[in-house]
Amino acid sequence: MAAVVSPTSLESAPRIMRLVAECSRSRARAGELRLPHGPVATPVFMPVGTQATMKGITAEQLDALGCRICLGNTYHLGLRPGPELIQKARGLHGFMNWPHNLLTDSGGFQMVSLVSLSEVTEEGVRFRSPYDGDETLLSPERSVEIQNALGSDIIMQLDDVVSSTVTGPRVEEAMYRSIRWLDRCIAAHQRPDKQNLFAIIQGGLDADLRATCLEEMTKRDVPGFAIGGLSGGESKGQFWRMVALSTSRLPKDKPRYLMGVGYATDLVVCVALGCDMFDCVFPTRTARFGSALVPTGNLQLKKKQYEKDFRPIDAECACPTCQKHSRAFLHTLLHSDNTAALHHLTVHNIAYQLRLMSAVRASIVEKRFPDFVRDFMGTMYGDPTLCPSWATEALASVGITLG
Amino acid sequence: MQPKDLEEPLRMKLSLTKVVNGCRLGKIKNLGKTGDCTMDIPGCLLYTKTGSAPHLTHHTLHKIHGVPAMAQLTLSALAEHHEVLAEYKEGVGKFIGMPESLLYCSLHDPVSPCPAGYVTNKSVSVWGVGGRVEMTASKFMAIQQVLQPDWFQCLSDGEATCDEATSIKRARKSVDRSLLFLDNCLKLQEESEVLQKSVIIGVIEGGDVMEERLRSARETAKRPVGGFLLDGFQGTATLETRLHLLSSVTAELPEHKPRLICGVSQPDEVLECIERGVDLFESFFPYLATERGCALTFSFDYQPIPEETLLQQNGTEEEVKYVDQTKKSKTTSCNQEITSFEINLKEKKPSGKH
Repeated sequence: MAAVVSPTSLESAPRIMRLVAECSRSRARAGELRLPHGPVATPVFMPVGTQATMKGITAEQLDALGCRICLGNTYHLGLRPGPELIQKARGLHGFMNWPHNLLTDSGGFQMVSLVSLSEVTEEGVRFRSPYDGDETLLSPERSVEIQNALGSDIIMQLDDVVSSTVTGPRVEEAMYRSIRWLDRCIAAHQRPDKQNLFAIIQGGLDADLRATCLEEMTKRDVPGFAIGGLSGGESKGQFWRMVALSTSRLPKDKPRYLMGVGYATDLVVCVALGCDMFDCVFPTRTARFGSALVPTGNLQLKKKQYEKDFRPIDAECACPTCQKHSRAFLHTLLHSDNTAALHHLTVHNIAYQLRLMSAVRASIVEKRFPDFVRDFMGTMYGDPTLCPSWATEALASVGITLG
Repeated sequence: MQPKDLEEPLRMKLSLTKVVNGCRLGKIKNLGKTGDCTMDIPGCLLYTKTGSAPHLTHHTLHKIHGVPAMAQLTLSALAEHHEVLAEYKEGVGKFIGMPESLLYCSLHDPVSPCPAGYVTNKSVSVWGVGGRVEMTASKFMAIQQVLQPDWFQCLSDGEATCDEATSIKRARKSVDRSLLFLDNCLKLQEESEVLQKSVIIGVIEGGDVMEERLRSARETAKRPVGGFLLDGFQGTATLETRLHLLSSVTAELPEHKPRLICGVSQPDEVLECIERGVDLFESFFPYLATERGCALTFSFDYQPIPEETLLQQNGTEEEVKYVDQTKKSKTTSCNQEITSFEINLKEKKPSGKH
């Protein structure tokens, strides 16, 4: 990481990504991120922890599973407990007691999910805090200021997020505003030597708008790019096309972070399309509903069929849950008021995601990624040809056939 | 039922190192199926809900030093799953992922008192997630056969203290029924090879009636039980009013067998019971504090007369409040109030008491 960087210089944004291998057919890449809190192998899945804690799992457990980067949420932390307190606790790392890397988002996504509380202007997003009813303005400057205080290794620009189901002039407005906000974030960023500011490509499902955004944002020399505004309510057909468009126009030597993607099939396909980093609440959230992720999909462990199933969730899984417990026990525990069941499943689901990404990476490094994809789809859908059509098309577009 | 003249020598052995002012210090050796585990007394049992420490996985639990060697399971959580466990065949310890732990199975969950009025001459009921499970002695022993715990509380009538005022009649009934259940269970145990690997803990009942308590103690002591559970000392009345009963009861019990008590887990109450000859306790107090959003913080210095000592030291209003809190928690004894052993982390500035 370059130590000598003047605050306004754009030319010397560090190259934090080292490419280790590339698939000769598809756009899949294996790499290594060099971040202040240690290296991170890519492709990588980053578990999400709202309010400075992974729900259902301790920092120590996450570390034991091999996680080396996870997410903290600026919106919630910015409001409660607040950046000043977190700075006193030696930043978010100190506050969470997390020794590895952290990525914080800008707080912008909550605009979409909590839209009744917010109002967007050129200045920023005006929020009403759900905790005490106070009004706050989240501007690009304020978002970066909070993230600077949090001390996360990767910080995200504040973007003007619109739901992917929105059409019309609002999408264009949001795209151009996101570019202006990117510039304001770059200008406000006090710690470019210690924290990597990523841009977020917007433009909704409109190819022209997205292309414009890509062209403009890639002119700014930020350490990495996120692909945003997707994984909302859009169709998978539109989704993959926007991902593919984005990766085709993003520089090869910088990481591509696809936000909000976490279903196993989506991860595999989007790696093929050239994405390196992913985050999603799905594995942890689905755990809290009693669902365990497996190579063939998921097990709804509360169901009666698991009452006397004495096998572990996954015989191949090395996580503490699978080492010690049967589906039958977890079924029993899920029907009690002991939350331990949810913690067991959270541990397993994160282990599953991390193991999947490891397997993906190994296949790229060992030059057998297309075969890996075929095997994966076969296991998941019974036969590679039974995989959803959007995935088949997306893979075909980068040279991987499933039939 | 003729009392046995010679008890089957139980493998486990309680050795007392010393007894000071009624407090017993010692070890229980040769515990467990393989006979090579040891427990210290005084000691406590790990509180579990449906076979797991509340909120903790095995991994996080074992980050804690000094996890008790024996875990408490409750029939209220497990009885309804006996079919699953029957099919599993290998016992509840392995099923819950604690094959190395010693296991004690109590009837009820100390945290969730069950509705009263369901004990009959032939059966006792527990309440699971799916509702009431009624158990005769045979059904009870069939369930224990499938659970295969190291120790289990015998089927007993613990409702003598449920009403405001215990009638002598009700107290007498609780003793009679419990002895009958005990004799039936002992007989069933004799007929089962599997059950002989578990130790039955006899239950002392009798409500608040001294005569009945003594009778229960003496009669239960005549049976070949592995230890004694002092039941009915928890509840809505203060522990204080029952402490004198406790001393009298333990005086009737053989020295070389462990004495357990249920429903007592708060530090000050535990100490009072130790002074009256109790060896083993449940440990649900940390769970209750957790559910209140409180963290336990107390020094291990014990002031014999805490209220007086504090008032002497400070005499401030704050300390008087402290005293009130302790008193309050004792009188209600339902552990809903924040005690003096904890701080409330939800407060903006949680205050410590020392």
